[in-house]
Amino acid sequence: MIISIASGKGGTGKTLLATNLAAALTESGHVVHLLDCDVEAPNDHLFFKPVIESRTDVVMPVPAIDHNRCNLCNRCNEVCAYHAIGVFGKSVLVFPELCHSCGGCVVACPQAAIMETDKVTGNIETGHSSAVKLTTGFLLIGEAKAPPVINEMKKCIDPAAITIIDAPPGASCPVIAAIKDTDYVVLVAEASPFGLHDLKIAVQVVKKLHIPFGVVINKADSAYPNVLHYCITENIHVLSELPFDLTIAKIYSGGCLLVDRLPDYKKVFIALYNNIKELAAV
Amino acid sequence: MRLAIPCNEQKLTALLGPQFGRAAFFAIYDPDSRTVEYISNSQVVNTPSGAGVQAARHIIDAGAAALLSAHCGPKAFRALQAAGIPVYVGLTGTVQEAIDKYNSGAIQPATNADVEGHWA
Repeated sequence: MIISIASGKGGTGKTLLATNLAAALTESGHVVHLLDCDVEAPNDHLFFKPVIESRTDVVMPVPAIDHNRCNLCNRCNEVCAYHAIGVFGKSVLVFPELCHSCGGCVVACPQAAIMETDKVTGNIETGHSSAVKLTTGFLLIGEAKAPPVINEMKKCIDPAAITIIDAPPGASCPVIAAIKDTDYVVLVAEASPFGLHDLKIAVQVVKKLHIPFGVVINKADSAYPNVLHYCITENIHVLSELPFDLTIAKIYSGGCLLVDRLPDYKKVFIALYNNIKELAAV
Repeated sequence: MRLAIPCNEQKLTALLGPQFGRAAFFAIYDPDSRTVEYISNSQVVNTPSGAGVQAARHIIDAGAAALLSAHCGPKAFRALQAAGIPVYVGLTGTVQEAIDKYNSGAIQPATNADVEGHWA
């Protein structure tokens, strides 16, 4: 069972939900693997402080030029949709930051002057704490492409475990890389106009991927029922509502788990899981 | 020595754009004939990434032999340097003022990009 936690808007509570769901399930005897795929700002590890057992690099192939073979025909530039390679003056330049590793230039080069070389763009750490098994992806500073790191992380998914994926915010490629091929998407929505706006975009993405999904309304506020009304109107399952509560914010910002400090919440997260399990099976 | 100058509008009194790669137009000034033509950069302005590299190719294809700009990022600088095109940065004001400053001989070509990529 793979559950992904996404949101659209940032700061709605994906990490709060992912970490506490993982901890509550582990404590109740499940084998849980949490993947922090928010690789530009991973912070699940702050809540678990795991002992790191393995660390691997994520590499992307980028072109390398054999300048003896290159005759400056510029064919590589013509086939590159990202302008990552091309002849300027009397040299062919590669801009690895722009390269999407499609390999097109290697195939197109009439002189067979282009090879591929590995460029490290991120790394992945896996470790355990008493509460959970955690895999964290890090996109290196200055790198723009998160999906290769996320795709590499997902290769270590153990089908026997409950996998929880903490997805990045937004509604673009990194989110899609994180949530595709998962069994259920939990969209965490904040009860605010921004929250509703971005939830609607996230809903479109998940629908397009045909993954069953439901919404958890975080910072639920009776003064702004619009998110709830939207879900009801659109026939979207509201899985749970977490209140707008300063106590929760204080616990979270102190790097602590809600289920440790307010154990009554364990029941909330277990119920959430049972709810998801039922809905995902449909 | 045709000069390329990124600008917001197609006139000599137009202000230099703050960026090179995503400028709306390039004024291409020919000092021999003292004429200016303007080329549109519209295909590059909204490109997701690689604007500097594409704009560099754009002005090279337009026959520019030097760039007068407010700023120039690292990838565009590398491309222009490889093509043997000197890059002058730190210019402000209008297209005409940039040309006058260049003609006065008071400015030196940059030896490095003066801003990071995606700086603005």
